[in-house]
Amino acid sequence: MSILINSETRVITQGITGKTGQFHTKMGLEYANGKNCYVAGVNPKKPGEKFEGIPIFATVKEAKAETGANVSVIYVPPPFAAAAIDEAVDADLDLVICITEGIPVRDMIRTKAKMKGRKTVLLGPNCPGTITPGELKIGIMPGHIHRKGKIGIVSRSGTLTYEAVGQVTALGLGQSSAVGIGGDPVNGLKHIEVLKMFNEDPNTEAVIMIGEIGGADEETAARWVKDNMKKPVVGFIAGVTAPPGKRMGHAGAIISGGKGTAQEKLSVMEACGIKVTKNPAEMGKLLKSVL
Amino acid sequence: MNIHEYQGKELFRKYGVATPRGVPAFSVDEAVKAAQSLGGKVWVVKAQIHAGGRGKGGGVKLARSIDEVKSLAQQMLGMTLVTHQTGPQGRVVRRLLVEEGADIRKELYVALVVDRVLQRVVLMASSEGGMDIEEVADKHPEKIHKVAIDPFKGLADKDAQDVARKIGVPENLVQQAGELFKNLYKVFDECDCSLVEVNPLIVTGDGKVVALDAKLNFDDNALFRHPDIVAMRDLDEEDPAEVEASKFDLNYIQLDGNIGCLVNGAGLAMATMDTIKLFGGNPANFLDVGGGATTEKVTEAFKIMLKNPKLAAILVNIFGGIMKCDVIASGVVAAAKQVGLKVPLVVRLEGTNVDLGKKILAESGLPIISGNDMGDAAQKVVAAAKGAKVAAHA
Repeated sequence: MSILINSETRVITQGITGKTGQFHTKMGLEYANGKNCYVAGVNPKKPGEKFEGIPIFATVKEAKAETGANVSVIYVPPPFAAAAIDEAVDADLDLVICITEGIPVRDMIRTKAKMKGRKTVLLGPNCPGTITPGELKIGIMPGHIHRKGKIGIVSRSGTLTYEAVGQVTALGLGQSSAVGIGGDPVNGLKHIEVLKMFNEDPNTEAVIMIGEIGGADEETAARWVKDNMKKPVVGFIAGVTAPPGKRMGHAGAIISGGKGTAQEKLSVMEACGIKVTKNPAEMGKLLKSVL
Repeated sequence: MNIHEYQGKELFRKYGVATPRGVPAFSVDEAVKAAQSLGGKVWVVKAQIHAGGRGKGGGVKLARSIDEVKSLAQQMLGMTLVTHQTGPQGRVVRRLLVEEGADIRKELYVALVVDRVLQRVVLMASSEGGMDIEEVADKHPEKIHKVAIDPFKGLADKDAQDVARKIGVPENLVQQAGELFKNLYKVFDECDCSLVEVNPLIVTGDGKVVALDAKLNFDDNALFRHPDIVAMRDLDEEDPAEVEASKFDLNYIQLDGNIGCLVNGAGLAMATMDTIKLFGGNPANFLDVGGGATTEKVTEAFKIMLKNPKLAAILVNIFGGIMKCDVIASGVVAAAKQVGLKVPLVVRLEGTNVDLGKKILAESGLPIISGNDMGDAAQKVVAAAKGAKVAAHA
């Protein structure tokens, strides 16, 4: 078991003809069950063509109808990425994973409004994607650092997710699923929703939750954990040393009006029973201590 | 990206948001001419810097004669203005805005921001104009009124007017204020703003609702569709190192410590700074080289860090995913050789092709100190920055 994706998932790559889309589709194909899972690509100008044996369709709807795909991953450039999400939502896919970084907030606000009442779940944008080790990798994370196991990982940052994955693997443990929710202020799944999924997943025994400055999603998730989570959660928040008012790389990583500081998040998490560390090199060790 | 008040007001006027009449001035002569062209008996001379709190810092002054405009302009141009938002080093004033005086009857507050919980743009207003809004939010949250805006319908008349009433706009001006709010939202939406703040919004003696100030921030991700806004960028208001970094697509933020950091990924970059601090050091910068760091990018990153006279050591922390460790190691070696590195360099590599990467560093002939994990690397760089001898390839 796992969350969001597994070896039964069937994937469409939106933006399969671009350099990034091709590279990561190829990496995904080569990982675990990828060959069976990556079934379609979309490019309105190149229907009928193939990439690595994967048929390309003009639209997501067509790709879904022809292949039975239920998930899409987006590598479309920022000016067109929100429209690509809209298309996946219109096709009623279960999940759309948007890797693209740099989508204007205005576009995402409209896309989120259109998604209201629809069945499609959005992961990202500006995220590394998600992986269920030993089954399927959708996104840009390096597959080989993962190992099948029972630790759930959820994070706003890509490389910091890899850091946690690497530590967990080095300790001889493994991951049920690792989910990168991305660094944008207006996005899909938040910490709380991913934690709910891990809570329900019989194969997840504990969770590492990684956050960063900006917004209040970590606090909201922590309060939910306090009352509902049946499994231990440990955490790390990046940006204790981040100056206020500066955007720290991610569009959503900004302390504004004194809100969204790392210290505030860490305090709320601790108060809600989440063990936290200030040393990111020790996320794995901390997790092991609560098992 | 930020712009100056006078530029914000020009945008406001384009969208039908009332502002006082005013003219920007880059010299004392221009300030005098501006006052003359505006006419009247009272002028306000306002220092233009990208920071709030200008009034308290002495950057907003009233003049009752052309001579007074002249002497204020002489005082302000070239002065270093220190406000609670500039930091102790302050900002040099290079531009002024000369405005007609306003007959203020009421000072209000209005802003548009993106609410991350609602995932919508929110109109936020208060009767407490002219004050620090964070203080109002803290002490009198009941005095802040908000309404979320449907992106497809825009700000509704009723919602706009309700908010106007709640913040104490006189009934006969409620419609006018509502129109102003709607136009402010148009500015926010059509210009891809991330913040529009008017503090204060005033009601004048002759029954007008007027934006007396204008603070606008723009979504950097949307600048590609607004060349007219990009043209308003004032590089004098930005850190030169950050401007230089942005030319190479590097995410760089200058900090006040002495340990340079070069990291891939924003979260890991922040975490690296935090770890340095945890072990008693102080980061000199935030630097995310992104997913596709080339030798050229790494070299430029080194050059930018080395311009900092305080720099005592550098920590390179890379978790190679798509970016392979051998590629980044070659980049680091080439960059270190090219810039003639004089400070200790600690490198921590992890991920794809890590062994090959470490081999390249070890065989480079450079005194590179190797860190085993983030904690180890941070401790070593902190020690090295303090002048301790740390063995290479330990």
